[in-house]
Amino acid sequence: MHRLALPLFAAIVALVPLVPGVSVFWITLLDNIGLASLVVMGLVLLTGVGGMTSFGQAAFCGFAAYTTAVMTAKFGWSPWLSLPVALLVTGLAAVVLGLVTVRLSGHFLPLGTIAWGIALYYAFGKLEILGRHDGISGIPPLSLFGISLVDPRAAYYVIWGAVLGAAILTMNLLDSRTGRAIRALRGGRVAAEAFGIEPARMKLAVFVYAALLAGLSGWLYAHVQRAVNPTPFGVHPGIEYLFMAVAGGAGQVWGAIVGAGLVTFLKDALQRIVPALFGTSAQYETIVFGLLLVVILQVAKDGLWPRIAGLFPSPPPAPVDIAAEPLPGRARATAEPLLEVADIRKTFGGLVAVNDVSLRVKRGEIVALIGPNGAGKSTTFNLITGVLPANGGSISVSGERIDGARPQAIAARGVARTFQHVKLLPEMSVLDNVAIGAHLRGEAGFISGLLRLDRAEERRMLGEAARQIARVGLAEHMHKPAGSLALGQQRIVEIARALCLAPDLLLLDEPAAGLRHFEKAALADLLRQLRAEGVAVLLVEHDMGFVMSLTDHVVVLDFGTRIAEGPPAEIKRNPAVLAAYLGAEA
Amino acid sequence: MSALLAVEHLSVAYGRVEAVSDVSLSVAPGEIVTVIGANGAGKSTLLNAAMGLLPARGRVVFDGSDIGSVEAEDRVALGLCLVAEKRELFGAMTVEDNLILGAFRTGRSLAAETLAEVFARFPRLRERRAQLAGTLSGGERQMLAMGRALMSRPRLLMLDEPSLGLAPKVVADIFAIIRDLRATGVAILLVEQNARAALNAADRAYVMELGRIGLEGPASELASDPRIAESYLGLGG
Amino acid sequence: MDSTILLFLLQDGLTNGAIYALLGLALVLVFAVTRVIFVPQGEFVAYGGLTFALLEAGKLPGTAYMVVAFGAAAFAMELVSRRRELAARLVAREAAFKLGLPLAILFLAKAVVAAQPGAVVNLVLTIAIVAPIGPYLYRVAFQPIADASVLVLLITAVGVHLAMTGIGLVFFGAEGLRAPPISSAVLPVGPIVVTGQNLGIYAITAALIVALYLFFGRTITGKALRATAINRIGARLVGIRLALSGRIAFTLAAVIGAVSGVLIVPMTTLYYDTGFLVGLKGFVAAIIGGLVSYPLTAAAALLVGVVEAFASFHASDWKEVIVFTLLLPVLLIRSWTDPHSDEEE
Repeated sequence: MHRLALPLFAAIVALVPLVPGVSVFWITLLDNIGLASLVVMGLVLLTGVGGMTSFGQAAFCGFAAYTTAVMTAKFGWSPWLSLPVALLVTGLAAVVLGLVTVRLSGHFLPLGTIAWGIALYYAFGKLEILGRHDGISGIPPLSLFGISLVDPRAAYYVIWGAVLGAAILTMNLLDSRTGRAIRALRGGRVAAEAFGIEPARMKLAVFVYAALLAGLSGWLYAHVQRAVNPTPFGVHPGIEYLFMAVAGGAGQVWGAIVGAGLVTFLKDALQRIVPALFGTSAQYETIVFGLLLVVILQVAKDGLWPRIAGLFPSPPPAPVDIAAEPLPGRARATAEPLLEVADIRKTFGGLVAVNDVSLRVKRGEIVALIGPNGAGKSTTFNLITGVLPANGGSISVSGERIDGARPQAIAARGVARTFQHVKLLPEMSVLDNVAIGAHLRGEAGFISGLLRLDRAEERRMLGEAARQIARVGLAEHMHKPAGSLALGQQRIVEIARALCLAPDLLLLDEPAAGLRHFEKAALADLLRQLRAEGVAVLLVEHDMGFVMSLTDHVVVLDFGTRIAEGPPAEIKRNPAVLAAYLGAEA
Repeated sequence: MSALLAVEHLSVAYGRVEAVSDVSLSVAPGEIVTVIGANGAGKSTLLNAAMGLLPARGRVVFDGSDIGSVEAEDRVALGLCLVAEKRELFGAMTVEDNLILGAFRTGRSLAAETLAEVFARFPRLRERRAQLAGTLSGGERQMLAMGRALMSRPRLLMLDEPSLGLAPKVVADIFAIIRDLRATGVAILLVEQNARAALNAADRAYVMELGRIGLEGPASELASDPRIAESYLGLGG
Repeated sequence: MDSTILLFLLQDGLTNGAIYALLGLALVLVFAVTRVIFVPQGEFVAYGGLTFALLEAGKLPGTAYMVVAFGAAAFAMELVSRRRELAARLVAREAAFKLGLPLAILFLAKAVVAAQPGAVVNLVLTIAIVAPIGPYLYRVAFQPIADASVLVLLITAVGVHLAMTGIGLVFFGAEGLRAPPISSAVLPVGPIVVTGQNLGIYAITAALIVALYLFFGRTITGKALRATAINRIGARLVGIRLALSGRIAFTLAAVIGAVSGVLIVPMTTLYYDTGFLVGLKGFVAAIIGGLVSYPLTAAAALLVGVVEAFASFHASDWKEVIVFTLLLPVLLIRSWTDPHSDEEE
């Protein structure tokens, strides 16, 4: 988004009610759009960015709406006093439900949200204190400085003020250390954990944030409608919110407003137009709405916002201060050997993938792990980085055992890696992708991200990322989406990301695959430079020319077993290695 | 000799990244052709595009007609069959059911006859006929994948890394079967990293590097070409 | 609670559970083959039950016209999507399946209504009317987005559910209907009474499950469907068209839904929108089965039926809350014991 877009949007929002001819009817419709936008914005973060599909958001509106309804209508509190209580109740409910929900895997997660969504809907309709199916009426309107905001125009400013505030906070969050970590979740758990991100904690934080936005919407709803009943808090409305998020373009803050606007408007138009055309005896508008839902998803699977955004020139990227003060370093491990792997073993069912393999890497040394496809090289990497638990043997970094430790703890000891199958976020810029590598070197949290209290640290983090990108020779591609680079370059981006961790040990899985000759030479230079700086490098690579000219020591695996090790010159002449590689004469 | 399969100026892109660029190759009836090259050269992508599993630019001509708009499912009925790198077996079904499904497009009567032929060629599969495919060893899985493909009575069989992850003895068996198949008139397009075995079995070969065809020629000539060993083991430098 | 009530509740629960089992199996089938979480499953129950009730009352059900409309929509969709390869043969074949077949069904229905031949013929006719709606629906709503994410497919399914509920109201009206029982026999078993209707439900449910078992285990089409569910790329590589598998799965779902509707309409008054709640219970069972396991789904369905029966006796107000809350621990356990990778979507 352009920097002027937000003030411009705010100005338009402020002026709309003042345009002559905009009737109360339109204002009410816009009020409803604003209320929906708040919920959908949470969903954008939860589903579009965080990858968790929730059908239960409407229930969180319900928690807040019922809380404020009880406090204000039954106990006579002021709505403003009940706001924090409503949000607190919603937040607590979200923590409880979230603790269960974020631990559900795959399809079980959305199904779980359906389950508690339905259960809560029925619970709202059964509880005596919430007025059972009839709900609660007689809720006081909001008032400000003694002026009651009964008029939809007055409520309009409160609602859209909240929408704008939520949009700003949400965009702040996405553009922060925490936001990058949340976005990294979509790239898979393994890559996120390799850089110290705690997926379950991040997911819970997003879940609660989305619930609070829904809660804010529910609180506003209660005081605008001045009556609540269970209907708007069930799974059907929950599905509608999801549809808004998908139709607008899940993953886009502005898409939330577009989607909410489109769907709310369509529903309203159908409710007015269709009965006039076909008569009111049957609910033709439901049929048409259902069909529209089907059609919209068939023609615009990625939602509308990307298409709208495509009409405008993209803004210049924010400048990065490459000279920013470096992030604080980590105490360097000094004991040798830096990495000691002794007799590690991994079996999958009956298959022995890694068979009592030992190897060691010292500071300032480059060791290659080679072998034909399926020899167990990547599995060995996964054992060292804690992605997979070993069935036997030990792994130590600077003399301290790390086998059995979680990937995050291993990363915190200065072990960084790249992946055989590139694990970058293709839509995210190279710069943001690389900055994920510096996650453990920063500490700004969720709140400081929301409120932009993290700017000093953020400048240093992005500066570090930019320096590493320049170091690997991709400075000109810094602001492009990572997915637009050639596959070989994406591997190099992964190296820059790993370097952002300031690693003592660098594990590179096929770094030269897909690189052209001069790019390989540049990569070799970089690795030599890192070696000179005292970094230990363990790499898996198929390009033997690259391996033989660069490394100090080579370990050869075949069928999970170490068949040879030694200096490159010896390995080249080893007949067992030749047979394993070129294949036996068949 | 007109080609059974002709791939003309084929390019395949994942997003904005081109994995196969402007590749042309042909396979004559009854011929074994191999495409060799290092990991990530684009060999599998090439086969998947020829099969119709990936969208591609360029032409794929099978038996004289352009099959670019034919779905992969229907290419099978035309006589084009792929044994994928991941084998793509039906793990929770028996060996026999896997084979029977291989003949999904040939009709019932032909299926029984072909099943007998496949069992004769792979006695191991007959022994394991009631076992679930997911419980087979690597070599048996490869045999089942090839057996399943043969059930469709293909005219061209495309094999993606048949030796991948197999012990040398099993690799030798698989390649013996590949040479055997030629005698039945099936043409074979073989993608391999195991260059020696592939060149030994093939009539002609193409060498792929970074999504393009580098060298091509009779397999026997390429087998002694020093550039092959170089690109694989870096023996030259 | 004495043992008579216990037995009565158990019987009640098992009867409902049998229906839930059928619906749960249909949901698992559709999801495994097409990745669609089939929200409109319940609409087939309503369509089937109401169609049967009207036929029993000697009236022509609106579904007989509805199937013609669905067929026409599917026909139009087919022609538009294959406009580049239109040939007389293709058009004729499509017209036969999507226009000729439903029209034949409509005329057949008119003839049958005039003849009043009895419950068994009405049951068969109900299936004949409702079943084709399944594949037509697949063609129109799901085939064009067969590769979309599970989320997009699910929201589409919700759209279809809304539209089908509305269409149900148009064709059936807001009035509820009930059919006479298939059999009025009464069988005292100890302290409780088993009705012919109960026995009919058990027998037909068991017969359908056996039929499905044989279909998946013995026929090449059934195996092709299983193959599609296990490995979609593998299925394509042996020449199984995913669209065909999808159509078959939807046909089976429609048949199962229609039969379930016929089974329950003598026991309870069905409305155009009742199906959703019934389908939801089948959905609970399917979820417990992880949307993959048929036996687990069937067992879970019986359990859901029984839990529901006891919950409605002790805390009738809270039965939905109880049933759906109990799902959460089940899902958690399933997530831990069967951690499918959430690496790639």
